[in-house]
Amino acid sequence: MMTISFLLNGETVEIEGASPTTTLLDWLREDRGLTGTKEGCNEGDCGACTVMVTDMDEAKALNACILFLPQLHGKAVRTVEGVSGPRGEAHPVQQAMVDHHGSQCGFCTPGFVMSMVASHCNGATDHDTQLAGNLCRCTGYAPIIRAAEAVEGQPVPVWVKDAAPGGAPDPMLPRSSDELARAYAARPEATLVAGATDVGLWVTKQLRDLDPVIFLTGCDDLKEISIDDHTIRFGAMVDMNRMGAALAPLHPSYAEMIRRYASVQVRHAATVGGNIANGSPIGDNPPALIALGATLHMRHSERRRSLPLEEFFLDYGKQDRAPGEFVEAVSFPRQPDRLKCYKLSKRFDQDISAVCGCFNITLDEGTVTAARIAFGGMAGIPKRAATVEAALLGRPWSCETINDAKSGFDADFTPLSDMRASAEYRLETARAMLERYFAESHGATGNVLEVTA
Amino acid sequence: MSVSKPLPHDAAPLHVSGEARYIDDIPTPKGTLHLAFGLSTVAKGRIRSMDLDAARAAPGVVTVLTAADLPYANDVSPSIHDEPLLAEDMVHYIGQPIYVVAATSHLAARKAARLGRIAYEELDAILTIEQALDADSRFEEGPRIYRKGDAEAAIASAKHVVEGTFELGGQEHFYLESQAAMTMPQEGGDMMVYSSTQHPTEIQHKVADALGVPMHAVRVEARRMGGGFGGKESQGNALAVACAVVSRATGRACKMRYDRDDDMTITGKRHAFRMSYRAGFDADGHIQGVSFLHHVICGWAQDLSLPVADRAMLHSDNAYLLPTARIESHRLKTNTQSATAYRGFGGPQGVVGIERVMDHAAHVLGIDPVELRRRNYYEPTHPVPPTLSKPPEALEPVDPHEDLTSRGAVEQITRPRPVRSIPQGGNTTPYGMEISDFELHEMTEALLASSDYAARRLAIADWNKENPIIKKGLGFSPVKFGISFTLTHLNQAGALVHVYQDGSVHLNHGGTEMGQGLFQKVAQVAAARFGIPLEMIKITATDTAKVPNTSATAASSGSDLNGMAVKAACDTIRDRMAAYLAEHHQADAGSVRFADGHVEVGEARYSFAEAAALTYQGRVSLSATGFYKTPKIEWDRIKGHGRPFFYFAHGAALTEVAVDTLTGENRILRADILHDAGASLNPALDIGQVEGGYVQGAGWLTTEELVWDEKGALRTHAPSTYKIPACSDRPDIFNVTLWDGENREDTIYRSKAVGEPPFMLGISAWLALSDAVAACGPAYPALNAPATAEEVWRGIRRVRDGV
Repeated sequence: MMTISFLLNGETVEIEGASPTTTLLDWLREDRGLTGTKEGCNEGDCGACTVMVTDMDEAKALNACILFLPQLHGKAVRTVEGVSGPRGEAHPVQQAMVDHHGSQCGFCTPGFVMSMVASHCNGATDHDTQLAGNLCRCTGYAPIIRAAEAVEGQPVPVWVKDAAPGGAPDPMLPRSSDELARAYAARPEATLVAGATDVGLWVTKQLRDLDPVIFLTGCDDLKEISIDDHTIRFGAMVDMNRMGAALAPLHPSYAEMIRRYASVQVRHAATVGGNIANGSPIGDNPPALIALGATLHMRHSERRRSLPLEEFFLDYGKQDRAPGEFVEAVSFPRQPDRLKCYKLSKRFDQDISAVCGCFNITLDEGTVTAARIAFGGMAGIPKRAATVEAALLGRPWSCETINDAKSGFDADFTPLSDMRASAEYRLETARAMLERYFAESHGATGNVLEVTA
Repeated sequence: MSVSKPLPHDAAPLHVSGEARYIDDIPTPKGTLHLAFGLSTVAKGRIRSMDLDAARAAPGVVTVLTAADLPYANDVSPSIHDEPLLAEDMVHYIGQPIYVVAATSHLAARKAARLGRIAYEELDAILTIEQALDADSRFEEGPRIYRKGDAEAAIASAKHVVEGTFELGGQEHFYLESQAAMTMPQEGGDMMVYSSTQHPTEIQHKVADALGVPMHAVRVEARRMGGGFGGKESQGNALAVACAVVSRATGRACKMRYDRDDDMTITGKRHAFRMSYRAGFDADGHIQGVSFLHHVICGWAQDLSLPVADRAMLHSDNAYLLPTARIESHRLKTNTQSATAYRGFGGPQGVVGIERVMDHAAHVLGIDPVELRRRNYYEPTHPVPPTLSKPPEALEPVDPHEDLTSRGAVEQITRPRPVRSIPQGGNTTPYGMEISDFELHEMTEALLASSDYAARRLAIADWNKENPIIKKGLGFSPVKFGISFTLTHLNQAGALVHVYQDGSVHLNHGGTEMGQGLFQKVAQVAAARFGIPLEMIKITATDTAKVPNTSATAASSGSDLNGMAVKAACDTIRDRMAAYLAEHHQADAGSVRFADGHVEVGEARYSFAEAAALTYQGRVSLSATGFYKTPKIEWDRIKGHGRPFFYFAHGAALTEVAVDTLTGENRILRADILHDAGASLNPALDIGQVEGGYVQGAGWLTTEELVWDEKGALRTHAPSTYKIPACSDRPDIFNVTLWDGENREDTIYRSKAVGEPPFMLGISAWLALSDAVAACGPAYPALNAPATAEEVWRGIRRVRDGV
């Protein structure tokens, strides 16, 4: 039985004997009686359970409903109950929410307050992005944004500034990839938990009992990002916010796609390794990485191997991963930026893609010299559009070429109809994305998000 | 005076600190049990057998009950007793509760509730409109039909006829707090119920029937809901009744809250409609007649479907004087969740119908859509002033090269409008009600000016000429929404007010707080009546033991009804205080003044607290009830005739959107709204209702798509798949203003109801999408709703390629 310790609203707590898949939300509400943090959806999509967690990096908004207690080991947690000052002074965010009528029914409000407190701590003012993970059904958001704008630049109260205390070692909480390799080889039946944004739902929605569980949160060497003249490499535990920031100067379209990938809270937890390893056909990283020619780095105890990322995905729900083997990193070559990532979903923010099309097409004097095009949502696995690529290669970059290549999607994909989109829409918008790539390469205004009244 | 002040929500400081208590936050007594339902996995079937052994044996489980274990009524229906708490021999939709598990924790109950093994004889489910019509599966004996004149003849002889059929989807409420209830058994068989409900009296009634006790043995308390939107008018019954029954069986407190996926799977949603229309217009765009056919998907139980479908019919005119009309409404019974109340209660569906007709007609006739609407508005209460807010410019000759038949063309407002003859019967609705309070002529004029409509219309036409991929569109929609319950007897309310000897006031009424700020508005009324600061008033939880026989807080009626009841109670106490103090000072009771926290009697001036203490010492009661019933209304729903509404609330919205024609992805760029809240009791809260209502309405018609599979399983049962608007979906530019007016009827301080009407302003977003799609080709876009990116993309293909 592991002992979990962390700071809760400034005070040390030690938890012994809790199930490793007890969520922070349940523990706060049921064990601690801290009912300010709300359960809205129990799957990380509404933000009503948002808390602020400070680790070695910074203060982060996270969804408590899909955060397991061991993930907090050695960190500092602050809930809405710990946001007011020691003498009950309102945090500036709280006062602004009252003054600007930012709450109506009030149920989403603690989550909004915590997201806003965290972004206020970090000086973030891109409020629509910061609050994309908090749903409100009453206000239409306008007064909440007014409140967020009102506190911009106000000093951060000292009482919400936490420091992560660190925690004692535990075998189920390896602190390096070497420790992880040993632990996993010894218990290959274990479930690996990186950010728990997917595994969390196995527990909260599928009601599965997971045992044993190995938490990767302490594997600091897996959180490394290295960028040299030839290669960009992301450790498996790099979270999506850090990944987006690293990609912004290199491949801005990919970074913008990550901005729309789930929400701040989910991106703080979600890792690139998890997004690849769970093999989802609708994960947004694999198509982008495949388009960039990424290599996946796997490890089993001391054995390592590398393979082209697209070869990892064998079939729906099936990946090329042996028991006890884990994703260590993903890398891709430095290259001039020709990458465009088109994420198509019912809602722009915090929505799973119906189609995610990633295009990396290289031209030399008007002729296509290389084309890597990969899609999510179009097949049982993230998949390259091989026929389309072939139809472009060696051809002049022209309307005729595009029109010819568009028919290749029929050979490459047989998408499904589901609640996100019909098969027809998926196939036709895949074609349209190629058109968009072509139009954008000629300077057309193609992004509805950049249009103003 | 405290009324009309833009004060924050009374609980705002509690909301932001996490102190505000919802049902699941109430500390539970030791040994509290947690409940979860075992649900049907088939859409229609006969239960052959039930094996609940595994559920009973699961860790933490204390008891598992089926229909056979219920001691008294197995009924949670709000209407015709067709909705059992637990299925008996038949199941009628995927998600219907069959058994209830009580366990020592919420998680244990949820886990065990999945362990029951039910064998079904599966029957053919009715999942579509066609299947329902083929099987004549419906509520009521046949369609309801309302008529005004001979619409078919008028349409047949009209110069222009538009017709079409479209799908109008339902909507999940997505209140952030899912349904919840808790019960605590009391001595002598009594039951205390805490419920997240808009209708405590109905909870009380249903629990009493389920326990076989009189209503006096059940007390329901509801302090606040984490959102309701109509979804907690009847849908909370099952949880409260289940808790009460298990509490009675075990003697323990019970709590039930639906997991989000369970909530969306079990509970009803807004009614989906298929709407067909045929309408005739003359050459000037004056409507001659309209015929609507509503196919309403009601789900498996009647619930509130009849009045919902009625209200859709009653709003088929929206803001327009229809010389003739025919509205036929089929209420279809299907094997899906039982559709229920949702903000607007069918009104939005009716309004969408006529707004679609206007949009289609404007396209066909080549008349600016706002102008076409104004030509068809009801007559104003008084003549439209000839001068505009901006002085009219001199008539300029029209450039002969200007394409006036284009939808980009804008009518010169200085040109006289074609004259419409008032039809026989006068300025009346299709249900025979004279319209005497129509505010939309002036409001439209003001909104067009403040939103710079004419110039933007031209600018958007230019943009669309220059941009092949991104098209913009403008959409205008007015709303005229009828205020009152259409079931006349519901239009009553009660209040209970105590003044304590220290001058503090305990306030209670039958309305419930779901975020709309009702409690604050009513407290402002009480403060105004007593002339005291708001801090002296304690707002208390709705409680069936304080005010009995309440109506649901619904139909936007909360502050109208309860505000008046509280006013009556306060005035009773105030009059008693005045009479006593006047007698004491040998003054006229009518001359006693209550203001600024003081009471003035002749030369004497007391603080309100002193006055209360004196009155108490004079052995005068400082407690009173108040009662109110809405005057002037009478309604025959079978004939479709009468005055169902006390008055109308109005609003108008202009929305601008941008559409990516490659994929149909779209955004709201700007919305300008002018809304009529009468003389607002609290402009800040009212603007909050307008902003929130607009975004919720726009969500209904854009991203919020409910999808069932071929088996009848709801596939969009969580926020991962059902997409309500997120923060960035609100308009970039969002200008909301309240109309500076007052109710022409004698309502509380001449205010108007504001809960539902602004929801319909979101229709302008759907119309704006239609306008943007229309820029892609010659045909009418004929969008279905919700206009998801995929639907917009289909619309573009229709107008561009004719497919």
